Amino acid sequence: MKTLLLALLLSFAAAAAAIDRAAVEKLATGEADERSAAISALVAEADPRAAEVLSALAEGEMQTVAGKDGARRVLIVRGEEAVDAVTGEKVTPLPEEREDAIANNRLRGQIEGALAALKLLSPERETRLEAVKQLAAGADEALLPLVQKALAKETDAGIRPTLELIAASLAMKSGTKEARVAAIRRLASSSSPNSRTLLAAAVNDPDEDIRFEAQKALREVQASLAWGERAGLLFAGVSLGSILLLAALGLAITYGLMGVINMAHGELIMIGAYTTYAVQVLFRGTPYFDWYLLAAVPASFAMSAMVGMALERSVIRWLYGRPLETLLATWGISLMLIQAMRTLYGAQNVQVENPAFMSGGIEVFAGVVLPWSRISIIAFAALVLLGMWLLLTRTRLGLFVRGVTQNREMAACVGVPTGRVDTWAFGLGSGIAGLAGCALSQIGNVGPDLGQGYIVDSFMVVVFGGVGQLAGTVYAALVLGFANKFLESWSGAVIAKIVVLVFIIIFIQRRPQGMFALKGRALDS
Amino acid sequence: MLTETFTRLYGPKGWIAFGVAALVVFVVFPVLSLAVPPDSAFHVSSYWVTLLGKIMCYAIVALAMDLIWGYCGILSLGHGLFFALGGYAMGMYLMRQIGREGQYQSDLPDFMVFLDWKELPWTWWNTDQFWWAMLLVVAVPGLLAFVFGFFAFRSRVKGVYFSIITQALTFAAMLLFFRNATGFGGNNGFTDFKRILGFTIATPETRMALFAVTGAVLLATLLGCRYLVTSKFGRVLTAVRDAETRVAFCGYNTVHYKLAVFTLSAVICGIAGALYVPQVGIINPGEMSPANSIEIAIWVAVGGRGTLIGAIAGAGIVNGAKSFFTQAFPEFWLYFLGLLFILVTLFLPQGVVGLVNKLRGKAA
Repeated sequence: MKTLLLALLLSFAAAAAAIDRAAVEKLATGEADERSAAISALVAEADPRAAEVLSALAEGEMQTVAGKDGARRVLIVRGEEAVDAVTGEKVTPLPEEREDAIANNRLRGQIEGALAALKLLSPERETRLEAVKQLAAGADEALLPLVQKALAKETDAGIRPTLELIAASLAMKSGTKEARVAAIRRLASSSSPNSRTLLAAAVNDPDEDIRFEAQKALREVQASLAWGERAGLLFAGVSLGSILLLAALGLAITYGLMGVINMAHGELIMIGAYTTYAVQVLFRGTPYFDWYLLAAVPASFAMSAMVGMALERSVIRWLYGRPLETLLATWGISLMLIQAMRTLYGAQNVQVENPAFMSGGIEVFAGVVLPWSRISIIAFAALVLLGMWLLLTRTRLGLFVRGVTQNREMAACVGVPTGRVDTWAFGLGSGIAGLAGCALSQIGNVGPDLGQGYIVDSFMVVVFGGVGQLAGTVYAALVLGFANKFLESWSGAVIAKIVVLVFIIIFIQRRPQGMFALKGRALDS
Repeated sequence: MLTETFTRLYGPKGWIAFGVAALVVFVVFPVLSLAVPPDSAFHVSSYWVTLLGKIMCYAIVALAMDLIWGYCGILSLGHGLFFALGGYAMGMYLMRQIGREGQYQSDLPDFMVFLDWKELPWTWWNTDQFWWAMLLVVAVPGLLAFVFGFFAFRSRVKGVYFSIITQALTFAAMLLFFRNATGFGGNNGFTDFKRILGFTIATPETRMALFAVTGAVLLATLLGCRYLVTSKFGRVLTAVRDAETRVAFCGYNTVHYKLAVFTLSAVICGIAGALYVPQVGIINPGEMSPANSIEIAIWVAVGGRGTLIGAIAGAGIVNGAKSFFTQAFPEFWLYFLGLLFILVTLFLPQGVVGLVNKLRGKAA
């Protein structure tokens, strides 16, 4: 028993030492083709030392010295220490007259793939998953033996399907006819753009059977890819809709309910974004940096709400019932706010970093990645909407706001302090604009002109939905978000935007009261 | 009959002022600029000629805006678009006049060579003819305003709604003109003009001629607008502004009046744009930005809505201040402009003219 164990250990040690000397030497000193063949040879053995040797070459740590029998001896040199690339033994003292083994870009690319493939054999699941993802984006044919070896050992359900696909796509390029047909059938169940490219190439294969199989498989792949694209489009539409909704919700209160044409609405969004930036600066360097958003949300609401209330008290209050004058005065306010931000923070954009939990995304289909930042904004928009609805329908302030909107005189008669309610309502709308700014700072540039880009859009959403209708605003935001994204997929972003604007203009002319109208019989409204 | 019209437009004092203005534009300025030697203290440099020419173009736009906003109560935020369209039509002619003297020495404008286009798009048809370009200057803004206004006024879009959708129209047009594929030079628009009607565009004589033509158009527009607002048509416009429903119930079709004045106003803007482009030497989609259109409204508001002379004064005051600030204190210009918007709407609803009249009334 003991001897058996010893033999086993020895054979492991022997295997460890048995990295192909000839291949290593070729790798270091050979011609371009020899070197690339050497990489394949080293990878096929799947030796643990292969990774070290290959990365040494890629990192520029490989050097050669004259050996005993005329051949070059290959060393891995890090700083003042050197090890023999073949045996892994320490070499002391450092030999003189070493030459660098230099890898060109093509070799480097090959090594990168090879290193990823070697990771497939790692015992760590995470490492293997990463390797699979890297190889799925495109792998070298020479890696096929290694991939197959890894496939034989792989049991994890999260990795195995992708690995099978990689193996199949590699087998597609080389291998016997039977192997290729099998590979094509395997690829048919995949939904990655890579397989589509591979199969599209195979459709023109000289072999008729392969052509037939490839055509069949290509149809299947295209069908499933189309679903992925549709899902991606759907998500993009909801995402844009939620952004529009956030930008327009505040306006739905100040314009929709109160009737104030607030051209400075975009600048209130901008103030929210800058507040987020300021909070982020405060949190930088502390261990709680990832949680700065939790503080930024109330801060941006409070900041914009305060600015909004100050505006209402000082300027807008005197212009109620004169919408065109309000438009001009608030435009003036917006110009001053933009210039104020330029004076305070400079004309350049400021950098707002995403917290760690919002970077990255989840992959629902191959090639369709939903970023966490977008998902968070959709959820955030829903929360803000819910909060606003609760506030308007379940609180005393909400009751007052609705009362003043419907009949100001009657509300005043029953003791509602209409003036104060106006201020609070305007503050609420402004605060929600601030929340929008906080959200937008996570996905776009934050600069003094941030608000200008949203002012036309937010007015369009509110007008399209029907002034005075919160539900209309929600529907309008989603409809416009979808319309924009669907048009964008076949006409490009700018044309899509123009078409949507023109559509709204025509729609308003056909139906000036918007999608959802307040019923009334007034001639002048 | 003719004397009647004369006395209806202005009193004797008004006509004298008008004559003085014409004298300044057609005699004093050309003499000071061309005949007086450059080292004399009375010489007017080409910088001033260009600046004043530019401001006169703006004054024409302000008149157009006043006609529709001050007299008819419709705040259009699309006037920047009509102005730019007129400018683009003129720009196309000027681009064709460059001929083979562009950087690429091609018959096509430089930006088309740059985009690797082989022939002119259909929109450029006949634009090397001056008369055709002038037709476009008038017809494109006029037609757009007519079609847009027809649908908007017919479905009784009014007040702020009208302002917002005209703003959306301007914004959409700006996006369209920013595209290279639209065929109007994209981001950079048109520039590097060489000559107009065969005259080199940069010489002091050509500049003076453009200045004088602009002055003539401004004075003619002023008279025309004055004629219009003192006529029965003008009375109806004012009535539409003050009580549209009542006018409609009296049997007037208010849509016709509003449509006519909107289209006329757009055409005047287009002409102003066409005069503006050869003087400043550039036109790009930035002119269509919604901000520019709103600025036009503030010129009129500063001067005084519903008084034609106020519109001209407002355009002069605001743009004069703009030239001063953007040179002396560029960072304070937006503060000043913003404050102007707020203070004028809050405290000067009648504008400068209203203020002057009030002071005069007190003095008398």
